[in-house]
This record gives sequence, C-alpha cells and structure tokens, in this order.
Amino acid sequence: MTRDALREGIAAARQKRAAFFFFTILALFLLIGVAVTLGSAGFSVAEAYRAVLAGLFPGSFESSDLAQTIVWDFRLHRVLFAVVAGFGLAVAGTVMQGILRNPLASPFTLGIASAASTGASVAIVLGAGFVGGSYLIIGNAFLFALLAALIIYAMARYRGMGATSMILAGIALMYLFSAVTSLLQYLGTADELQEVVFWMFGSLDRSSWPKLGIVTLLLAVCMPYLVYRAWDLNALAEGDEIAESLGVPVNRAMTIFMFIASLLTAAVICFTGTIGFIGLVAPHITRMVVGTDHRFLLPASGLVGALLLLGADSLARTLLAPVVLPVGIMTAFLGVPFFIYLFMRRRDAGW
Amino acid sequence: MVRLEVDALSFSYRDRSVLDTIRFAAESPGVVGLVGPNGSGKTTLIKCIDGILKPEGMVLLDGAKIPSLSRPEVARRVAYVPQGITNHSHATVYETVLMGRRPHLSWRVSEADEEAVVQAMEALKVEEFAFRCLGDLSGGERQRVMVARALAQGSPLMLLDEPTSALDLRNGMEVMETVGRLAHEHGRLVVMAIHDLTLAARACSLLVVLRHGRVYAQGTPAEVLTPDLIAEVYGVEAVVEEREGVPYIFPLRPRRD
Repeated sequence: MTRDALREGIAAARQKRAAFFFFTILALFLLIGVAVTLGSAGFSVAEAYRAVLAGLFPGSFESSDLAQTIVWDFRLHRVLFAVVAGFGLAVAGTVMQGILRNPLASPFTLGIASAASTGASVAIVLGAGFVGGSYLIIGNAFLFALLAALIIYAMARYRGMGATSMILAGIALMYLFSAVTSLLQYLGTADELQEVVFWMFGSLDRSSWPKLGIVTLLLAVCMPYLVYRAWDLNALAEGDEIAESLGVPVNRAMTIFMFIASLLTAAVICFTGTIGFIGLVAPHITRMVVGTDHRFLLPASGLVGALLLLGADSLARTLLAPVVLPVGIMTAFLGVPFFIYLFMRRRDAGW
Repeated sequence: MVRLEVDALSFSYRDRSVLDTIRFAAESPGVVGLVGPNGSGKTTLIKCIDGILKPEGMVLLDGAKIPSLSRPEVARRVAYVPQGITNHSHATVYETVLMGRRPHLSWRVSEADEEAVVQAMEALKVEEFAFRCLGDLSGGERQRVMVARALAQGSPLMLLDEPTSALDLRNGMEVMETVGRLAHEHGRLVVMAIHDLTLAARACSLLVVLRHGRVYAQGTPAEVLTPDLIAEVYGVEAVVEEREGVPYIFPLRPRRD
C-alpha cells in the first residue's frame, strides 16, 4: 500500500465517522419529533413541534393549551428520558466492555441490574430501605446497584483486579441477587409480587422532569471526563500490561472507569427498572461502524443507545396501543436476536 | 544514545525467588538477547526492567531509576511488546499502532503522530493491512504489528518478549533483521527474550544467559554459545559451528546423566 493510499484510508475512516455522527443525530431529532406525537390524543408532528417550541419560547409560537399540556406534562420528559437513559446505559456498557476486554460485559452481565432489582424488592416487600418516603424504591435500587459494583471491585481487587475475575465475580453476584429477589417474591403478598415484577420489567412510565434532570446532570459530568480519558480506555482495551507499558496507571484507571460505569447504570435503572441489552448491543453496533477509538466510540455508542431505547419505547407505546408495553420487554425482544447473532458470528468463540 | 544498567536486581513471587542479583549493562545502538530455558526468568526480567513488576535492586536508564519515574515518563523511554498476543480486539492495525503514540499525545492526533505511525507500519511491512482488524491477521502478522506499535512509541529502549515465537523461518529472520536495523539506524537499544539461539546469535551484540533466575554467563554470542554452556544450561548435547562470524547451534540430543 502506498503512502497516499494509507493517508486516504485514514481520511476515509474519519469521514465515515463524521457521517455516522451526522446521521445518528439527525435520526435522533426526527425520532424525538415522532415520539412526541405518539399517543391517544392524536395530533400531527407539526403540532407537536409547535407545542414544544411554544413551551420554549412563549409568545413566539402559537399552540393549543391541550397540546402544550400533553406534550410538556406527559410526553416530552418521557421521550427525553429515553434519550438520556439509552445514552447512559450504552456508555456504561462501552466502558465495561473496554476495560474488561470482553464483548459480553455489560451492566447486566455484571450483576449490577440484578442487584438493583433486589434493592427494589427489599423496598417493596419488606418496606425497608436506606432512604424513606417516595424515594424508598429508587434509593434502594440505586444503592444496591452500587453495592454490587463495590463487591465485584473488592473481590477482583483481592484477586489482583484481573478482567476475567471481575466478570466471574459479576456473574456469581447476578445469581445471588436473583435468588434473593426470587425469595422476596415468594415471601411477598400478591400485590407486592405484582409490583416487584412490574418494576423489573423496566419502563419509562415513571419518568419526570426532575428525574430527567438528575440523569442529564450526571451524564453532563461523566461524559466529558470519559471522552477526555478515552486514550486510557483505548490502551486498557489492549490488556493491562500493554496499558501499563503505554503509561496508564492501570489500577487507578480501572477503578475510576468501573465506578463511573456503575454510577451511570445505577442512576438510570433506579428510575426505570431493568432495561437490558442497550448496554450490550449499542457498543457492538457502533464499534462495527466507528471503530474502536473510544474518543469517538463513547459518544457514538451513546447516541445509538439513545436511538435504540427511544425506538423501543416508541414501539412499546404503539404496538398494542392504548396498552403501553414495558420498554424492558421490547429491548429484550430486539436485543436477544442480536445477542445470538453475535455468538454465531464470533469465530474465536472457543472460550 | 541510551544506557541501560541493571544492578543487583532480584525479584520474588511471594516467597519463590525468580530473579537473583541480575547484573548487566548495555548501550544503544545494540541488541541484547536474554536467553535461557523455560522458567529461567526472562519474561520476569523484562517486566522488571519496564517497571511493571517492582524488583529489588536497580534499573537505571541513563542514570534515572525506572521505578521512581511516573508511568507516562517510563512509557516515553521504554516500549514493551509482551509475549503471545492473544488479542481478539476489533481494533484495526492502524488503530493499534496509533496506540503507541499514547505517551506523547495530548488528545488530538497530530500530523507528527500520524507520520510516526505510518513510518512504523512501513518499517514492519504491515501497511498492507492497515485497515484490517487485528483479530483477522495471522499470528506472525500480528506480532509484526505489535513491534510496529513499540517502534511508533519512539522510546529509546525497546523490550521484546519472544518477538519471533509465532513466526515462520523467513518471517522470524526478517523481523530480527528489522529489529537490528532499527537499533542501528534509529539508535535504539533493544532487549529481547528469545528462545531461538541461532536467531539470537545472528542479531544480538550481547547475550545474557539466564539459568534458575541468575546470570549464568554474558558476552558476545561467539563467547557465550559453546557446547559446554548449552550442555550445562539446557541439558542438551550440541555442536556449535561458526559461519560468517556467527555461531550456529546444532542440537543433537538431550544429555543423559
């Protein structure tokens, strides 16, 4: 290959990346517009946009009170929550796959989501929790998720912080927390059982502006840091020793990345319940197009996650309308076939 | 020019001594071969020199103690290619070699970084598959990519752990020739662990023979590689013949005591 061809190849990869960003952002904006119009009070895309703009710039745009109420009080925060939740879960998955060098790593295979379910079940069935009042379930889910991450971290640390030991610890924890959740379901009343099951389905029904604010704020803090530290993630993806020899303080970097990924996951799923597969699938899809450089992979995979979750939620709202399906079920329906495809496609599946 | 001094270096895993008062010194340009049977401590010594493991004793690079430097500072001085890359990453060859520039990059990839990457790929002849995934390459191609990354790192000291283990006869010779050329043209010091004594004899200016974690002998290949030493260190009866100034080893049979 000549030097010019090499340079052209590098430039072409750059253009492909730029195009990917352009089209995913465009698609996301369009989908947000469509998603805001979906629902029983049928009005057009144009009306929906007008209502959004009228809320943002009162006086400059005309819109009916009804449309404005429906859009601003019921739909917009749910749609935007889907965007930030999908973004956060995908970024968390990307970070975990990167540092654990395992394509199957995600907030769910590491037991963090099961722990959140256990936390929610403890709140629902036993009424016990760390935070009281209306935040009992959310607080429990959040803290249990972080607790799981902490246990994995401590176990891995004890064994020398290897990627494989972290995954094994995570899988073991997943089973343990699932068992605790099952036990609580068994002991609970029919109503409690129903509530637990419903929580675990994962749904955006419980979204609100303050919750949207919390997750957005967290992303606004974590994302720039992760992108700034992207070279460390790139190096870690090559293996601990290589990362070390490339100048990455491996233990410290692993700890920080693991913490951020867990925090993002916990912050999202404590509000939504279990939404699987976004964190697993979005990084894989994105990596195929954008490549493995985390400087671009992280934001791109966040965008794909946002698209996927918003798409899944839009489907969940329309498929059996007026019944709204839990989005966690939809993401699993979309995610599982992909997961299997991934397995079939791997040529080095021998481990 | 760069000067590496290893002095009274010892290392133990828990209570098992792996390296015991290792001592040698070398200057660039040059290629140092660490040879010795399996388990003699070659890989551990390389990791100690890079500061990945923390040994007792001294590792000095131009007078600076490597353990006292920060990781990025070490990375600008020392590049390391581990043994047996089992990397299934989706990274392309270009992305992988680019990683070598990490110690120098701020965040953006500059023209100079890109140029260093292109040159390193050309030097190891991996530019042909610059945009293929690492996982799709043969073992030998992958090994060349790893050496290219170490070269792109621009560090005066390069540590290579068995750089030819996955390579066939020709590729092995070519990589060793490239390594020798890099050492002399770019003024680098290369320290490599290597099993193939003949390849080592052809490429190295200094051989350090390890046995049970100690330096058994050191010197030029012609000084060191004698039938007696091979019998003693490897337990193999061998004939050594010199061709073009290089000692060639013909192993005959395991020695029976």
